[in-house]
Amino acid sequence: MSKIVEGLYYAESHEYVKIEGEYGYVGITDYAQHELGNVVYVDMPDIDDEVEAGSDFGAVESVKAASDLISPVSGVVVEINEALADEPELVNADPYANWIIKVKLSDASEVENLMDAEAYKAAIGE
Amino acid sequence: MKYFPHTQDDIDKMLQVAGVKSMDDLFGEIPGQLLFNREFALPEAMSEVEIRKFFDALGKKNNQLICFAGAGVEDHYSPSIIAPIISRGEFLTAYTPYQPEISQGTLQYIFEYQSMISELTGLDVTNASMYDGTTATAEAMMMTVAAAKKRNKVLVSDTMNPKVKRVIETYAMYNGVTVETVAQKDGVTDLEQLQQKLQGDDVAGVIVAQPNFYGIVEDYSGVADMCHEKKALLVMNANPSALAVLKSPAEWGADIACGDGQPLGIPMNYGGPYVGYLSCTNALVRKLPGRIVGSTTDVDGKRAFVLTLQAREQHIRREKANSNICSNQSLMALYVTIYMSVMGYKGLREVNKLSYAGAHYLSEQLVATGKCSMAFDKPFLNEFAIKTTVCAKQVQAALLEKGILGGVRIADDMLLLCVTEQRTKAEIDLLVETVRNL
Amino acid sequence: MIRNYDKLIFELSKEGRTGYSLPKNEFEGYCICKGIPQNMQRTDVPELPQVTEFDVVRHYTNLSNKNFGVDTGFYPLGSCTMKYNPRINEEIAAHPAFAGLHPDYPVECTQGALEVYYNLAQSLSEVSGLAAFTLNPYAGAHGELTGLMIMRKYHMLRGDYKRTKVIVPDSAHGTNPASAAVCGLQIVEVKSTAKGTVDVEDLKPLLDDTVAGIMMTNPNTLGIFETEIPEISRLVHECGGLLYYDGANLNAVLGKCRPGDMGFDIMHINLHKTFSTPHGGGGPGDGPVGVRAGLEHLLPNPQVKKDADGQFYIDTDESSAGYVSNFLGNFGVIMRAYTYILTLGRENVKMVGPLAVLNANYVKESLKADYYLPIEGVCKHEFVFDGLVDKSTGVTTLDIAKRLLDYGYHAPTIYFPLLFHQSIMIEPTETESKETLDEFIDVMKRVAREAAENPDVVKSAPHTTPVRRLDETTAARYPKTTYRQMKG
Repeated sequence: MSKIVEGLYYAESHEYVKIEGEYGYVGITDYAQHELGNVVYVDMPDIDDEVEAGSDFGAVESVKAASDLISPVSGVVVEINEALADEPELVNADPYANWIIKVKLSDASEVENLMDAEAYKAAIGE
Repeated sequence: MKYFPHTQDDIDKMLQVAGVKSMDDLFGEIPGQLLFNREFALPEAMSEVEIRKFFDALGKKNNQLICFAGAGVEDHYSPSIIAPIISRGEFLTAYTPYQPEISQGTLQYIFEYQSMISELTGLDVTNASMYDGTTATAEAMMMTVAAAKKRNKVLVSDTMNPKVKRVIETYAMYNGVTVETVAQKDGVTDLEQLQQKLQGDDVAGVIVAQPNFYGIVEDYSGVADMCHEKKALLVMNANPSALAVLKSPAEWGADIACGDGQPLGIPMNYGGPYVGYLSCTNALVRKLPGRIVGSTTDVDGKRAFVLTLQAREQHIRREKANSNICSNQSLMALYVTIYMSVMGYKGLREVNKLSYAGAHYLSEQLVATGKCSMAFDKPFLNEFAIKTTVCAKQVQAALLEKGILGGVRIADDMLLLCVTEQRTKAEIDLLVETVRNL
Repeated sequence: MIRNYDKLIFELSKEGRTGYSLPKNEFEGYCICKGIPQNMQRTDVPELPQVTEFDVVRHYTNLSNKNFGVDTGFYPLGSCTMKYNPRINEEIAAHPAFAGLHPDYPVECTQGALEVYYNLAQSLSEVSGLAAFTLNPYAGAHGELTGLMIMRKYHMLRGDYKRTKVIVPDSAHGTNPASAAVCGLQIVEVKSTAKGTVDVEDLKPLLDDTVAGIMMTNPNTLGIFETEIPEISRLVHECGGLLYYDGANLNAVLGKCRPGDMGFDIMHINLHKTFSTPHGGGGPGDGPVGVRAGLEHLLPNPQVKKDADGQFYIDTDESSAGYVSNFLGNFGVIMRAYTYILTLGRENVKMVGPLAVLNANYVKESLKADYYLPIEGVCKHEFVFDGLVDKSTGVTTLDIAKRLLDYGYHAPTIYFPLLFHQSIMIEPTETESKETLDEFIDVMKRVAREAAENPDVVKSAPHTTPVRRLDETTAARYPKTTYRQMKG
């Protein structure tokens, strides 16, 4: 059973966004990290890069696979999780504590297009 | 046919197991109009005896000349042990080390190659090798654009070997990169113009050569700072053999070093196979194309080597990969690894000393004939440009009659001459005498 | 018998040892220290090994013992055409009348070398049905890129700049999309049918005036012949696009049919696959590119031509796609491939494809009771299993591959194509005997039995190789790619 956290918003491509005021923390779900296996590298954007809902902003790599990171929300990257540069395995350890980017949202209503915990649980068949 | 093991009996039995009636039936689904039904217009099969005679005869249509040409390809000594080692079937007939458990030989020599090239360039990381120096430099160009993200202009010094420059320009044209040339002044890069061209804040990378096309050792003091201030990367195309005596790309502040490994003892082979090398700083490792070998351990804790950082590559990232290169120039990487092992740092310095001495002797003797003058008053190692009072074509023709390849003609009155440790004083004197008698 | 050797060349180094001999200096009074300004000279000392010649010989001989090549044993690596690499090719490539030529030799001094280049190009035209070839590209991927450059240049010269899409089948190798991207083209995927061939109905709506062309292999990655190729050719040409043939699988049809006759406009050939030049642990290869009549001028510069008097010369064409290499490609590899064609001759070249196809079908039919064959029917030079028939064992394709190493075989290509989850792609080539194939079939069956009866021995394989399964995760997370980094 994958861990799914209440109160977050989920995308079909297995990213989550946690909303705090006008900011969103974006990462990959527990289901995604499990599917990918040992994460060896997280390719992150630069601060001040713009991200768009539905477009990729980076990638998560395992030894023999790479998975694009699709942003669930639009906005500007205000912070990246620097710890992942040195310890990519943190994504495996706890993907919810170890978000990848912090985005200043340009359209808070976009989360309405995403799934809640219950819907995501159904989507991954658990 | 000695390469086909099938007897008629084998074929009959195998067809039966395969469930088809005849060899033709193996291609039964192919539309008839696509089947090839005539004899190939090719020669009849030759025996080994005939093959040898055939190539001996063809070989007689080539002339063997005393080589004073360089321009990126130099006639260096190749130690006798290299050919037998690289001919070992275990190296020669292996493919890419996909199964590391039975490819430790390949993986380890690539690791050693990467280590040695990094020692010479001074840069942290080197990939498993590229096709040649021209394509390695084109890939370096693409690395700078990928690293800069939103910039797609690169500057190339006009002192770059034109054979390298035209490959960079070809790749750039299709890749959507703009290439601008930085002019030369007295045979070296015009640094004032470089500074001006960087002011637009739109340059991803600057590509320079060391030694440059004219054999001149350029002074790149301050160039790296100039680039980095404007967030452009510095790429240095350097002769790896010369790096035993010249300040390394890392010491100049370059972010990427690249070039052709041919001067590390590879026979001239009429243009190939050679090997391209490509090194960069740790910061750029994710943009480095191609294969990279890393060290690790096996389940028993034994040291071992493996292809690593593969998720950057084409077989995984497809159109998002840094490059389309699949493999490397492995056997030629082994070639130069053995060369560097045999020569060591001291041997490489000795090669440079001998070549330097021969080249400077030649240049002085040529000037003394009164028929030539140095094209530039700049420091050089083993290659230099010389102006001739008679047309350069005529000089080369006279030399050819004496069995000498009189350098590379780069203008109507200019020759580029290269001397290696293989050129004897007698050979050089013959060249000088021929010019004097013109 | 062979000792367990575990040294890096650097670890043999001892201050003061040398492995080189160089001529005496005949020129007194010249010193780099005087001629090159101090600030341009090297000050740090690169750590190259200090070893004797004998140290080097023994070191690399020991390393070779940890390697597996075609000379060692059966190498059924799908899509790589690991056929026998004849030694006469090596001898000819090292011929001193050729190996010592500098690329700037005047052409009157290299007529023999240019003739080899010209004749090999002609021979490739004959067997492929395309009008002209360049031998300048260095490898398959490089040839592919060159071919796409030709495709783009063709449209550019017609003033048609909107054709920036290239269609590739979803089963294509990753190199196809990567080459297209380097060439500034966008990828559009066309679906495969259940048989693994291009879905013509899915292709039709993709064809419009933004399509530069389509890239295909035939037979495709699954070893299946694309029988609808005449229709695909008609449709793509009708929309103004060109057909590109990825020569990775040419060995299957060599002697039976030709890409030019199938309607392809541009193709590359891997000399290191079809024409027996050694893979060399990953290179050097050579990737000649051919074009149909009317596109010859687009081939990269420099070009080798023959004048009316039979003299060869080097030409450049302004409408060429450009320069992709230092000079005329990997000439040493060209020498090998030409030797191979001359050795086979016209009577044997035509047998390459049929015998390769016979071997593949023999192995496929012999193993399909144990390994799941998703696509039935006659294959060409290779075929793909999707893991074991018995899915209950928990034994994966990776485990099977590793177990084969214990039995002295190289593994097939695994996890490609991506159409199946447990792909095992086998290509035996025409130079393997029935006995070799029979032994391999026995071992494959034994591994299948082991998977059912004693799965742990398969899952923990290999057991007898110089090293066992590796920690690839740590290698990728904390890369150590040089001796200096390894020492820390």
